[in-house]
Amino acid sequence: MNKLSTKKLTAKDFATDQEVRWCPGCGDYAILKAVQKTLAELEATPENTVFVSGIGCSSRFPYYMETYGFHTIHGRAPAFATGVKLANPDLDVWMVTGDGDGLSIGGNHMLHVLRRNVDIQILLFNNEIYGLTKGQYSPTSRPGTRSPSSPTGSIEPSLNPCAFALGAGARFIARTVDTDQKRMPSILARAQQHKGASFVEIFQNCIVFNDKVFADFTEKAVAKNRQLHVEDGKPMTFGPDAEFGVRRIPGGMALEAVNMEEAGISEGDLLVHDEKDHLLATMLVNKSGVDGFPIVLGIVYCDPMPSYDSQVSKQVADAQETSPNADMKELLFAGATWSVT
Amino acid sequence: MATNLAHSKATGGDTESSSDNDLQLESVVIRFAGDSGDGMQLTGTQFTHSTALMGTDLATFPDFPAEIRAPAGTTFGVSAYQINFGARRVMTHGDEPDVLVAMNPAALKTNLDALKHGGTLMVDTGAFSSRNLTKAGYEENPLEGGDLSMFNLIKLDISKMTLESVKEFGLSNKEALRSKNMWTLGLMLWMYGRQRQSVIDWLKGKFAKRPEIANANIAALNAGHAFGETAELSGDLGQKSVGKAEVQPGVYRTITGAEALALGLVAGSKLADLNIMLGSYPITPASTLLHQLAALKQHGVVTFQAEDEIAAICAAIGASFAGSLGITSSSGPGIALKTEAIGLAFSTELPLVIVNSQRGGPSTGLPTKTEQSDLYQAVYGRNGDAPLPVVSASAPGECFFAAIEAVRIATKYMTPVILLTDGYLANAAEPWPVPDFDALEPFPVSFVEPDQEDFRAYRRDETTKARNWAIPGTSGLEHRIGGIEKDYDSGNISYSADNHQRMTDMRAAKIQAIANDIPEQVVALGESSGKVAVVGWGSTYGPIFRAVESARAEGLDVSHIHVRHVWPLPTNMGELLAGFDKVLVPEMNTGQFSTILRDQFLIDVIKYNQVNGQPFKVSDLSARIHELAQ
Repeated sequence: MNKLSTKKLTAKDFATDQEVRWCPGCGDYAILKAVQKTLAELEATPENTVFVSGIGCSSRFPYYMETYGFHTIHGRAPAFATGVKLANPDLDVWMVTGDGDGLSIGGNHMLHVLRRNVDIQILLFNNEIYGLTKGQYSPTSRPGTRSPSSPTGSIEPSLNPCAFALGAGARFIARTVDTDQKRMPSILARAQQHKGASFVEIFQNCIVFNDKVFADFTEKAVAKNRQLHVEDGKPMTFGPDAEFGVRRIPGGMALEAVNMEEAGISEGDLLVHDEKDHLLATMLVNKSGVDGFPIVLGIVYCDPMPSYDSQVSKQVADAQETSPNADMKELLFAGATWSVT
Repeated sequence: MATNLAHSKATGGDTESSSDNDLQLESVVIRFAGDSGDGMQLTGTQFTHSTALMGTDLATFPDFPAEIRAPAGTTFGVSAYQINFGARRVMTHGDEPDVLVAMNPAALKTNLDALKHGGTLMVDTGAFSSRNLTKAGYEENPLEGGDLSMFNLIKLDISKMTLESVKEFGLSNKEALRSKNMWTLGLMLWMYGRQRQSVIDWLKGKFAKRPEIANANIAALNAGHAFGETAELSGDLGQKSVGKAEVQPGVYRTITGAEALALGLVAGSKLADLNIMLGSYPITPASTLLHQLAALKQHGVVTFQAEDEIAAICAAIGASFAGSLGITSSSGPGIALKTEAIGLAFSTELPLVIVNSQRGGPSTGLPTKTEQSDLYQAVYGRNGDAPLPVVSASAPGECFFAAIEAVRIATKYMTPVILLTDGYLANAAEPWPVPDFDALEPFPVSFVEPDQEDFRAYRRDETTKARNWAIPGTSGLEHRIGGIEKDYDSGNISYSADNHQRMTDMRAAKIQAIANDIPEQVVALGESSGKVAVVGWGSTYGPIFRAVESARAEGLDVSHIHVRHVWPLPTNMGELLAGFDKVLVPEMNTGQFSTILRDQFLIDVIKYNQVNGQPFKVSDLSARIHELAQ
């Protein structure tokens, strides 16, 4: 892209000429569209944007983005993304991964990229199944999931990605749904603007191997009753007429979802979301979907701290400032030397 | 042999010069051995520095246990440092010590076998308590029987004399005893006419925040030195003179392989006009390189201590993708973990330097011992057809040039390069003529210029076949690469059968053609044809050279060939080897380079292998060469 061009880019300008090869009806299409739209809205420059991925259906994502892209190896995208960012901190780095790639084979790297707070956006497409290898259960599959590798039902408890990210020390945690084209772009934009690692879990429907696994809260008929979209500074309400709300159980710490009218309370009695409240975020992600509590979506946690890459750059810059004449000759002759004549 | 107490000329003052009736020696091998906590590595390094500053040539061999602090007094906790220094060119750390300093019974037990018959054995009697004797497995005190009569035994209560010398500093008994290595060093420095000043400067710097410790150590050092001067000892405990070596004029410094490697990588990056991004995970004996480079931020070096070996290499590859020189460093087990990522770097044709400081294997093996058994791993160890250039370093200082060569090949040919060194090279020190950086030929990389019409990610240089390097941040060159087979031109995904054949052939041909861009194989010593060629690679250079040299001095028809470019091999290699009746290949493995030479040239090489965690002894090699050459 020519930097001098004043023509504003559209979502289409971020699409490549490559044929998209996801299954028809795959949730990935919607996410791709939302990402392209977001980049256009952010007026991102394609040449300064890099998409890095691992292996899996979601990891084909970079091939469809008219930016720089690196489709790497299974589970290791966080490490590649870290290297890209350390080499050139000016680049806007996006990482695309899935529940198998990011939380099973790559769980270790996910932990550390979040802990270090490398300034990248991590989009974790969670479809609770291994798609590319034809349908085995994944670490986020619900216990009892029947799959080719668990014909009598999986027996492993499932991992909660957002709780994992919080535990790892992530400073930005958000969650959205593939089909939610209305809200996803603004969440992605916030993730992009956040300095540090931004973790966005996207519930993504795998139409072939795990169809409708999220239907209990994404189907139109139930969505409003089952989704809680949190917003910083706003009381936590949900329901078709915002008739439900979240409060602490009277006399206790735990959260509960209540019908305000039945409980005889008003909006003023509800919990107000605070993005910087780590404890609240912890409770929300752990309560999400449990015992009738709604699925928590939106920006659950955002409390920036200096990013790893910025601090690495600073240490290098400081060293260069302290030793402005550091050259190879000085380095070679460092320490005790003696002359032989 | 009894110590001769005849008077030596005591020279006054703080003179370091040797006395008139001292012994003139051509070279000496000293081994300092003690408990892991006795500071033997420091003693050895400081003796080395002082010796180097005197213009004496030297080679060292630090040999320490894998345990950081094994229980005190045990045989498996013994740490040793051997130095060979002399007035002639020193090529190895020496087969057998002339002098063994044993700081406790365990050190005596584990090192006595190595001591030359008739050699000098100095022991700290203060450490030969019944408890320590038991821990070392001695039923009786070996100092008291006649078992050591074949050596020149010098019994000194170093512990007691050290305590005396540091009394005024009010240290605890335990702390005070820590200075006994400096007392010993002081005596040894006196014995071989070395200067103390470099040690004193070093102690002051090291203990800048604890001057009482620095002063106690300096007092102990001086006391040991004064003991030598005033005890009126001579003969085997007298002062000896080791002359300066005839070396090429120039400015010298001491250097270990790990230091030279770090300097070489930085030099290479400057010659390539790139910044370094080292991704590394701590592993013995490779961690030193991470430490060295982490301290060079002022040269634009970025180091990343990753969460594991895989992340270390992946971050380095990511950095190369973004326009840095990606480097990763490890040892065999870590390289094994990096294998899949190496394949990606090979397939995406990105520059990368992979340093393997080899150690004893397989598995965890012998972490602190040296071996050359990762050659198969370097040359063959990947899934798919993925040949890689493999460069090996042959001596501590030579690591500098091997590193530059690895960077040159990686950037010129857009490929990962494996740089093989080993535990011995990493830790061993030698005097090094500091090279003239300005005389080195730069090889700056050029990235694709922005906004190229018709840009293709996999378009290649006509000569090198390297694909062009377009880095993120450059407008108009946006492209995607990955591990899936790529189209020959665009780099887009291609599952075409013909394309895969073409790409596989192209990648292999590109690597093979590097043979045309490396020097022809030369003969290190001897004629380029004849009866026996001794062919080595890596850190065996010193012992092979010495063994061949002495065989030739006896009139035997033997030549030494030492290979730096293990893959691809120099173009004249086959022809060169064919000129010899017999080809002997000594390696610290079970015959890996032999396999490669047999495979490549169909010649019946003779294997000579050793995997005892130690470098070759010149005498062992000489014996085999004699059998073949006579």
